[in-house]
Amino acid sequence: MIPQHHLSEDLLLAYAAGTLSEGWTIAVASHLALCPQCRAQSAQADMLGGAMLDTIAPEPLANDAWAAMRARLDTETPPAKTKPAKAMASGKPVLPMPLRAYVGGDIDTIHWRALGRGAAQMMLPTADPTTQVRLLRIPAGKPVPEHSHGGRELTLVLSGSFRDGEMVFGPGDIEDADGSILHTPTATPEADCICLAVTDAPLRFSSWLVRLIQPILKI
Amino acid sequence: MPGEDSDNVDDQMTLLLLQVGRAQDVEAFEALFRHFGPRIKSYMAKVDRNRAEELMQETMMSVWRKASLFDATRGVAASWIFTIARNHRIDALRRDRRAEIDPDDPALVPETPMAADQALDIRQNARLMREAMASLPSEQLQVLELSFYQEQSQSEIATRLALPLGTVKSRMRLGFAKLRAVLEGGSKQP
Repeated sequence: MIPQHHLSEDLLLAYAAGTLSEGWTIAVASHLALCPQCRAQSAQADMLGGAMLDTIAPEPLANDAWAAMRARLDTETPPAKTKPAKAMASGKPVLPMPLRAYVGGDIDTIHWRALGRGAAQMMLPTADPTTQVRLLRIPAGKPVPEHSHGGRELTLVLSGSFRDGEMVFGPGDIEDADGSILHTPTATPEADCICLAVTDAPLRFSSWLVRLIQPILKI
Repeated sequence: MPGEDSDNVDDQMTLLLLQVGRAQDVEAFEALFRHFGPRIKSYMAKVDRNRAEELMQETMMSVWRKASLFDATRGVAASWIFTIARNHRIDALRRDRRAEIDPDDPALVPETPMAADQALDIRQNARLMREAMASLPSEQLQVLELSFYQEQSQSEIATRLALPLGTVKSRMRLGFAKLRAVLEGGSKQP
Protein backbone atom coordinates (compact mmCIF):
# COMPACT_ATOMS: atom_id res chain seq x y z
CA MET A 1 0.00 0.00 0.00
CA ILE A 2 1.39 3.39 -1.03
CA PRO A 3 0.99 6.20 1.54
CA GLN A 4 -1.15 9.25 0.70
CA HIS A 5 0.18 11.67 3.31
CA HIS A 6 3.82 12.58 2.91
CA LEU A 7 6.77 14.33 4.50
CA SER A 8 7.02 18.08 3.99
CA GLU A 9 9.95 19.36 1.97
CA ASP A 10 11.48 21.14 4.94
CA LEU A 11 11.60 17.86 6.88
CA LEU A 12 13.18 16.04 3.93
CA LEU A 13 15.77 18.79 3.51
CA ALA A 14 16.57 18.97 7.21
CA TYR A 15 16.93 15.18 7.27
CA ALA A 16 19.33 15.27 4.30
CA ALA A 17 21.34 18.16 5.75
CA GLY A 18 21.63 16.27 9.03
CA THR A 19 20.04 19.00 11.14
CA LEU A 20 17.12 16.98 12.56
CA SER A 21 17.54 15.63 16.05
CA GLU A 22 17.18 11.90 16.69
CA GLY A 23 13.50 11.84 17.68
CA TRP A 24 12.33 13.37 14.41
CA THR A 25 14.68 11.21 12.35
CA ILE A 26 12.92 8.09 13.69
CA ALA A 27 9.61 9.26 12.21
CA VAL A 28 11.23 10.44 8.97
CA ALA A 29 13.25 7.25 8.39
CA SER A 30 10.26 5.03 9.26
CA HIS A 31 8.05 6.89 6.79
CA LEU A 32 10.78 6.69 4.12
CA ALA A 33 10.87 2.89 4.52
CA LEU A 34 7.13 2.78 3.81
CA CYS A 35 6.97 5.43 1.07
CA PRO A 36 8.81 5.02 -2.27
CA GLN A 37 7.70 8.50 -3.36
CA CYS A 38 9.35 10.25 -0.41
CA ARG A 39 12.43 8.00 -0.80
CA ALA A 40 12.84 9.37 -4.32
CA GLN A 41 12.60 12.94 -3.01
CA SER A 42 14.98 12.12 -0.21
CA ALA A 43 17.46 10.87 -2.83
CA GLN A 44 17.12 14.23 -4.59
CA ALA A 45 17.90 16.00 -1.31
CA ASP A 46 20.98 13.78 -0.88
CA MET A 47 21.93 14.70 -4.43
CA LEU A 48 21.75 18.35 -3.41
CA GLY A 49 24.12 17.41 -0.57
CA GLY A 50 26.43 15.79 -3.15
CA ALA A 51 26.36 18.96 -5.25
CA MET A 52 27.13 21.00 -2.12
CA LEU A 53 30.11 18.76 -1.39
CA ASP A 54 31.26 19.06 -5.00
CA THR A 55 31.14 22.85 -5.04
CA ILE A 56 32.56 23.53 -1.58
CA ALA A 57 35.89 25.42 -1.48
CA PRO A 58 38.42 22.59 -0.89
CA GLU A 59 40.73 22.74 2.14
CA PRO A 60 44.33 21.61 1.58
CA LEU A 61 45.08 18.34 3.36
CA ALA A 62 47.96 17.72 5.75
CA ASN A 63 51.14 16.81 3.85
CA ASP A 64 51.11 13.20 5.00
CA ALA A 65 47.34 12.75 4.58
CA TRP A 66 47.50 10.18 1.81
CA ALA A 67 50.44 8.34 3.41
CA ALA A 68 48.48 8.06 6.65
CA MET A 69 45.40 6.82 4.79
CA ARG A 70 47.46 4.39 2.70
CA ALA A 71 49.01 2.91 5.86
CA ARG A 72 45.57 2.31 7.34
CA LEU A 73 44.34 0.48 4.27
CA ASP A 74 46.99 -2.22 4.79
CA THR A 75 45.88 -2.90 8.35
CA GLU A 76 42.24 -3.16 7.29
CA THR A 77 40.65 -6.47 6.51
CA PRO A 78 39.34 -6.36 2.94
CA PRO A 79 35.86 -4.87 2.71
CA ALA A 80 33.04 -7.36 2.75
CA LYS A 81 31.80 -7.96 -0.77
CA THR A 82 28.48 -9.52 0.04
CA LYS A 83 25.52 -7.78 1.51
CA PRO A 84 24.13 -9.32 4.69
CA ALA A 85 21.62 -12.08 4.02
CA LYS A 86 18.03 -10.94 3.94
CA ALA A 87 15.86 -11.86 6.91
CA MET A 88 14.51 -15.41 6.80
CA ALA A 89 11.00 -16.07 5.59
CA SER A 90 9.36 -15.53 8.96
CA GLY A 91 6.82 -13.24 7.33
CA LYS A 92 7.09 -9.58 6.49
CA PRO A 93 7.50 -7.41 9.60
CA VAL A 94 4.91 -4.70 10.28
CA LEU A 95 7.36 -2.23 11.81
CA PRO A 96 10.03 -0.94 9.46
CA MET A 97 13.65 -0.43 10.42
CA PRO A 98 14.84 1.59 12.28
CA LEU A 99 11.74 1.29 14.45
CA ARG A 100 12.29 -2.43 15.12
CA ALA A 101 15.72 -1.56 16.52
CA TYR A 102 14.20 0.91 18.99
CA VAL A 103 11.40 -1.48 19.99
CA GLY A 104 13.68 -4.52 20.13
CA GLY A 105 11.47 -6.51 17.77
CA ASP A 106 8.35 -6.33 15.66
CA ILE A 107 4.84 -5.19 16.56
CA ASP A 108 4.17 -8.27 18.75
CA THR A 109 7.07 -7.44 21.08
CA ILE A 110 5.93 -3.92 22.01
CA HIS A 111 5.72 -3.49 25.80
CA TRP A 112 2.42 -1.67 26.10
CA ARG A 113 1.58 0.34 29.19
CA ALA A 114 -2.04 1.15 29.69
CA LEU A 115 -3.11 4.77 29.39
CA GLY A 116 -6.72 4.06 30.37
CA ARG A 117 -9.85 3.49 28.22
CA GLY A 118 -8.10 0.74 26.31
CA ALA A 119 -5.35 2.98 24.94
CA ALA A 120 -1.71 2.13 25.57
CA GLN A 121 1.73 3.48 24.86
CA MET A 122 5.37 2.51 24.83
CA MET A 123 7.97 5.26 25.25
CA LEU A 124 11.03 4.73 23.05
CA PRO A 125 14.27 5.83 24.71
CA THR A 126 16.58 8.06 22.65
CA ALA A 127 19.65 10.20 23.32
CA ASP A 128 17.71 13.25 22.17
CA PRO A 129 16.47 15.43 25.05
CA THR A 130 14.47 17.72 22.74
CA THR A 131 11.80 15.21 21.70
CA GLN A 132 9.58 12.48 23.07
CA VAL A 133 9.06 9.38 20.99
CA ARG A 134 6.29 6.90 21.71
CA LEU A 135 4.20 4.20 20.14
CA LEU A 136 0.48 4.59 20.72
CA ARG A 137 -2.29 2.01 20.48
CA ILE A 138 -5.72 3.54 20.08
CA PRO A 139 -8.73 1.22 20.42
CA ALA A 140 -10.91 0.96 17.31
CA GLY A 141 -13.31 3.89 17.07
CA LYS A 142 -11.79 5.76 20.04
CA PRO A 143 -10.03 9.15 20.12
CA VAL A 144 -6.32 9.56 20.79
CA PRO A 145 -5.87 10.25 24.51
CA GLU A 146 -4.69 13.73 25.50
CA HIS A 147 -0.95 14.07 25.56
CA SER A 148 0.29 17.59 25.92
CA HIS A 149 2.70 19.06 23.44
CA GLY A 150 3.38 22.65 22.67
CA GLY A 151 5.08 22.45 19.30
CA ARG A 152 5.24 20.07 16.41
CA GLU A 153 3.88 16.54 16.40
CA LEU A 154 4.62 13.91 13.77
CA THR A 155 2.31 10.90 13.75
CA LEU A 156 3.08 7.90 11.54
CA VAL A 157 0.44 5.17 11.19
CA LEU A 158 1.86 1.66 11.42
CA SER A 159 -1.30 -0.43 11.57
CA GLY A 160 -5.01 0.38 11.33
CA SER A 161 -5.96 3.96 10.58
CA PHE A 162 -7.23 7.16 12.15
CA ARG A 163 -9.41 10.02 11.02
CA ASP A 164 -8.58 13.63 11.71
CA GLY A 165 -11.34 15.92 10.47
CA GLU A 166 -11.94 15.07 6.82
CA MET A 167 -8.70 13.18 6.39
CA VAL A 168 -8.01 9.50 6.95
CA PHE A 169 -4.48 8.33 7.69
CA GLY A 170 -3.62 4.69 6.95
CA PRO A 171 -0.44 2.60 7.22
CA GLY A 172 2.62 4.59 6.17
CA ASP A 173 0.81 7.94 6.25
CA ILE A 174 2.38 10.72 8.27
CA GLU A 175 0.58 13.68 9.85
CA ASP A 176 2.62 16.79 10.59
CA ALA A 177 0.63 18.83 13.12
CA ASP A 178 1.42 22.19 14.56
CA GLY A 179 0.74 22.38 18.31
CA SER A 180 -1.49 25.39 17.81
CA ILE A 181 -4.07 23.38 15.88
CA LEU A 182 -6.79 21.79 17.97
CA HIS A 183 -7.40 18.33 16.67
CA THR A 184 -8.86 15.08 17.89
CA PRO A 185 -7.63 12.18 15.82
CA THR A 186 -9.88 9.13 16.20
CA ALA A 187 -9.10 5.53 15.31
CA THR A 188 -11.37 4.23 12.55
CA PRO A 189 -13.89 1.58 13.68
CA GLU A 190 -12.47 -1.52 11.90
CA ALA A 191 -9.33 -2.08 13.98
CA ASP A 192 -7.07 -0.67 16.67
CA CYS A 193 -4.69 1.93 15.35
CA ILE A 194 -1.00 1.66 16.18
CA CYS A 195 1.11 4.70 15.43
CA LEU A 196 4.41 6.36 16.18
CA ALA A 197 4.16 9.84 17.70
CA VAL A 198 7.09 12.22 17.99
CA THR A 199 6.61 15.48 19.85
CA ASP A 200 8.72 18.30 21.20
CA ALA A 201 9.78 17.45 24.73
CA PRO A 202 7.82 19.23 27.46
CA LEU A 203 9.23 22.62 28.36
CA ARG A 204 12.21 22.35 30.64
CA PHE A 205 12.69 24.96 33.30
CA SER A 206 16.13 25.94 34.43
CA SER A 207 15.20 26.31 38.09
CA TRP A 208 15.33 23.01 40.00
CA LEU A 209 12.44 24.20 42.12
CA VAL A 210 10.20 24.74 39.11
CA ARG A 211 11.35 21.39 37.71
CA LEU A 212 10.42 19.76 41.00
CA ILE A 213 6.86 21.05 40.96
CA GLN A 214 6.47 20.76 37.17
CA PRO A 215 4.82 17.31 37.36
CA ILE A 216 2.43 18.56 40.02
CA LEU A 217 1.42 21.59 37.96
CA LYS A 218 1.21 19.34 34.88
CA ILE A 219 3.08 21.87 32.73
CA MET B 1 43.90 13.11 -14.85
CA PRO B 2 40.25 14.00 -14.38
CA GLY B 3 38.79 15.79 -17.40
CA GLU B 4 37.76 19.43 -17.15
CA ASP B 5 34.22 18.64 -18.15
CA SER B 6 32.07 18.21 -15.07
CA ASP B 7 30.06 15.31 -16.55
CA ASN B 8 33.33 13.49 -17.00
CA VAL B 9 34.28 14.12 -13.39
CA ASP B 10 30.94 12.66 -12.21
CA ASP B 11 31.42 9.65 -14.46
CA GLN B 12 35.03 9.23 -13.52
CA MET B 13 34.46 9.46 -9.77
CA THR B 14 31.55 7.03 -9.99
CA LEU B 15 33.63 4.55 -12.01
CA LEU B 16 36.52 4.86 -9.54
CA LEU B 17 34.19 4.15 -6.63
CA LEU B 18 32.80 1.09 -8.42
CA GLN B 19 36.34 -0.07 -9.05
CA VAL B 20 37.18 0.24 -5.33
CA GLY B 21 34.03 -1.71 -4.48
CA ARG B 22 34.75 -4.49 -6.97
CA ALA B 23 38.49 -4.94 -6.55
CA GLN B 24 39.69 -2.88 -3.55
CA ASP B 25 41.73 -0.97 -6.11
CA VAL B 26 44.15 1.26 -4.15
CA GLU B 27 45.00 3.49 -7.12
CA ALA B 28 41.33 4.18 -7.79
CA PHE B 29 40.90 4.93 -4.10
CA GLU B 30 43.83 7.35 -4.12
CA ALA B 31 42.21 9.30 -6.96
CA LEU B 32 38.95 9.48 -4.97
CA PHE B 33 40.89 10.56 -1.89
CA ARG B 34 42.66 13.36 -3.74
CA HIS B 35 39.37 14.64 -5.18
CA PHE B 36 37.04 14.27 -2.19
CA GLY B 37 39.49 14.50 0.75
CA PRO B 38 39.95 18.31 0.55
CA ARG B 39 36.20 18.78 0.05
CA ILE B 40 35.28 16.57 3.00
CA LYS B 41 37.85 18.37 5.15
CA SER B 42 36.28 21.69 4.22
CA TYR B 43 32.79 20.30 5.03
CA MET B 44 34.02 19.11 8.45
CA ALA B 45 35.85 22.39 9.14
CA LYS B 46 32.55 24.28 8.86
CA VAL B 47 31.51 22.82 12.21
CA ASP B 48 34.81 21.74 13.83
CA ARG B 49 38.06 23.06 12.42
CA ASN B 50 40.24 21.14 14.90
CA ARG B 51 38.87 17.75 13.97
CA ALA B 52 38.41 18.36 10.26
CA GLU B 53 41.43 16.34 9.11
CA GLU B 54 40.62 13.44 11.45
CA LEU B 55 36.95 13.33 10.39
CA MET B 56 37.99 13.45 6.73
CA GLN B 57 40.24 10.41 7.34
CA GLU B 58 37.42 8.57 9.11
CA THR B 59 34.99 9.34 6.30
CA MET B 60 37.40 8.13 3.61
CA MET B 61 38.04 4.98 5.66
CA SER B 62 34.30 4.28 5.58
CA VAL B 63 34.25 4.93 1.84
CA TRP B 64 36.95 2.26 1.48
CA ARG B 65 35.12 -0.20 3.71
CA LYS B 66 31.64 0.32 2.27
CA ALA B 67 32.47 0.85 -1.41
CA SER B 68 31.01 -2.54 -2.37
CA LEU B 69 27.59 -1.34 -1.14
CA PHE B 70 27.57 1.65 -3.52
CA ASP B 71 24.85 1.26 -6.15
CA ALA B 72 25.53 3.34 -9.27
CA THR B 73 21.92 3.00 -10.42
CA ARG B 74 20.86 5.10 -7.43
CA GLY B 75 23.31 7.95 -7.44
CA VAL B 76 26.69 9.38 -8.27
CA ALA B 77 29.77 9.06 -6.08
CA ALA B 78 29.44 12.63 -4.70
CA SER B 79 25.94 12.05 -3.27
CA TRP B 80 26.91 8.73 -1.71
CA ILE B 81 30.10 10.11 -0.20
CA PHE B 82 28.18 13.16 1.07
CA THR B 83 25.82 10.88 3.05
CA ILE B 84 28.79 9.09 4.62
CA ALA B 85 30.51 12.37 5.54
CA ARG B 86 27.26 13.77 6.98
CA ASN B 87 26.74 10.68 9.14
CA HIS B 88 30.32 10.83 10.43
CA ARG B 89 29.87 14.48 11.34
CA ILE B 90 26.71 13.63 13.31
CA ASP B 91 28.31 10.62 15.03
CA ALA B 92 31.41 12.57 16.01
CA LEU B 93 29.93 15.87 17.04
CA ARG B 94 26.51 15.12 18.46
CA ARG B 95 25.31 13.08 21.39
CA ASP B 96 22.17 11.78 19.76
CA ARG B 97 21.93 9.45 16.80
CA ARG B 98 20.38 9.59 13.38
CA ALA B 99 17.79 6.97 12.47
CA GLU B 100 18.19 5.57 8.96
CA ILE B 101 16.35 3.12 6.77
CA ASP B 102 17.87 -0.27 6.04
CA PRO B 103 17.77 -0.80 2.25
CA ASP B 104 17.52 -4.59 2.82
CA ASP B 105 14.63 -4.31 5.27
CA PRO B 106 11.88 -6.81 4.26
CA ALA B 107 9.33 -4.27 5.58
CA LEU B 108 10.44 -1.71 2.96
CA VAL B 109 7.62 -0.85 0.55
CA PRO B 110 9.35 -1.30 -2.83
CA GLU B 111 9.38 1.23 -5.64
CA THR B 112 8.55 0.29 -9.18
CA PRO B 113 11.67 -1.13 -10.86
CA MET B 114 13.85 1.62 -12.26
CA ALA B 115 14.01 1.94 -16.00
CA ALA B 116 17.37 0.82 -17.34
CA ASP B 117 18.10 4.20 -18.90
CA GLN B 118 17.71 6.01 -15.59
CA ALA B 119 21.31 5.33 -14.60
CA LEU B 120 22.35 7.75 -17.34
CA ASP B 121 19.86 10.30 -16.06
CA ILE B 122 21.36 10.13 -12.61
CA ARG B 123 24.72 11.36 -13.88
CA GLN B 124 23.03 13.97 -16.01
CA ASN B 125 21.05 14.96 -12.92
CA ALA B 126 24.20 15.56 -10.89
CA ARG B 127 25.33 18.11 -13.47
CA LEU B 128 21.86 19.67 -13.75
CA MET B 129 21.71 19.96 -9.97
CA ARG B 130 24.98 21.90 -9.83
CA GLU B 131 23.92 24.20 -12.66
CA ALA B 132 20.51 24.80 -11.09
CA MET B 133 22.18 25.49 -7.74
CA ALA B 134 24.42 28.12 -9.34
CA SER B 135 21.38 29.91 -10.76
CA LEU B 136 19.31 29.97 -7.54
CA PRO B 137 18.54 33.40 -6.08
CA SER B 138 21.26 34.07 -3.51
CA GLU B 139 18.79 34.26 -0.60
CA GLN B 140 17.58 30.73 -1.35
CA LEU B 141 21.07 29.32 -1.85
CA GLN B 142 22.17 31.00 1.39
CA VAL B 143 19.63 29.18 3.59
CA LEU B 144 20.35 25.83 1.89
CA GLU B 145 24.09 26.33 2.40
CA LEU B 146 23.67 27.29 6.06
CA SER B 147 21.65 24.13 6.54
CA PHE B 148 23.90 21.70 4.63
CA TYR B 149 27.31 23.22 5.44
CA GLN B 150 26.92 24.68 8.93
CA GLU B 151 24.37 22.10 10.09
CA GLN B 152 22.13 24.86 11.39
CA SER B 153 18.48 24.12 12.05
CA GLN B 154 15.83 26.23 10.39
CA SER B 155 15.22 28.14 13.64
CA GLU B 156 18.96 28.75 14.14
CA ILE B 157 19.14 30.14 10.60
CA ALA B 158 16.14 32.36 11.33
CA THR B 159 17.91 33.76 14.41
CA ARG B 160 21.19 34.22 12.59
CA LEU B 161 19.65 36.07 9.66
CA ALA B 162 17.07 37.88 11.81
CA LEU B 163 14.24 36.51 9.69
CA PRO B 164 10.91 34.94 10.66
CA LEU B 165 11.08 31.12 10.75
CA GLY B 166 8.39 30.98 8.08
CA THR B 167 10.57 32.99 5.69
CA VAL B 168 13.50 30.61 6.18
CA LYS B 169 11.26 27.61 5.58
CA SER B 170 9.70 29.08 2.46
CA ARG B 171 13.10 30.06 1.00
CA MET B 172 14.36 26.51 1.52
CA ARG B 173 11.20 25.04 0.06
CA LEU B 174 11.25 27.35 -2.97
CA GLY B 175 14.92 26.68 -3.62
CA PHE B 176 14.48 22.91 -3.41
CA ALA B 177 11.34 23.06 -5.59
CA LYS B 178 13.35 24.87 -8.29
CA LEU B 179 16.12 22.30 -8.15
CA ARG B 180 13.62 19.45 -8.38
CA ALA B 181 11.81 21.10 -11.29
CA VAL B 182 15.11 21.25 -13.19
CA LEU B 183 15.82 17.58 -12.45
CA GLU B 184 12.36 16.45 -13.40
CA GLY B 185 12.40 18.53 -16.56
CA GLY B 186 15.91 17.39 -17.38
CA SER B 187 15.33 13.65 -17.07
CA LYS B 188 12.46 13.84 -19.57
CA GLN B 189 14.79 15.10 -22.27
CA PRO B 190 16.07 12.42 -24.65
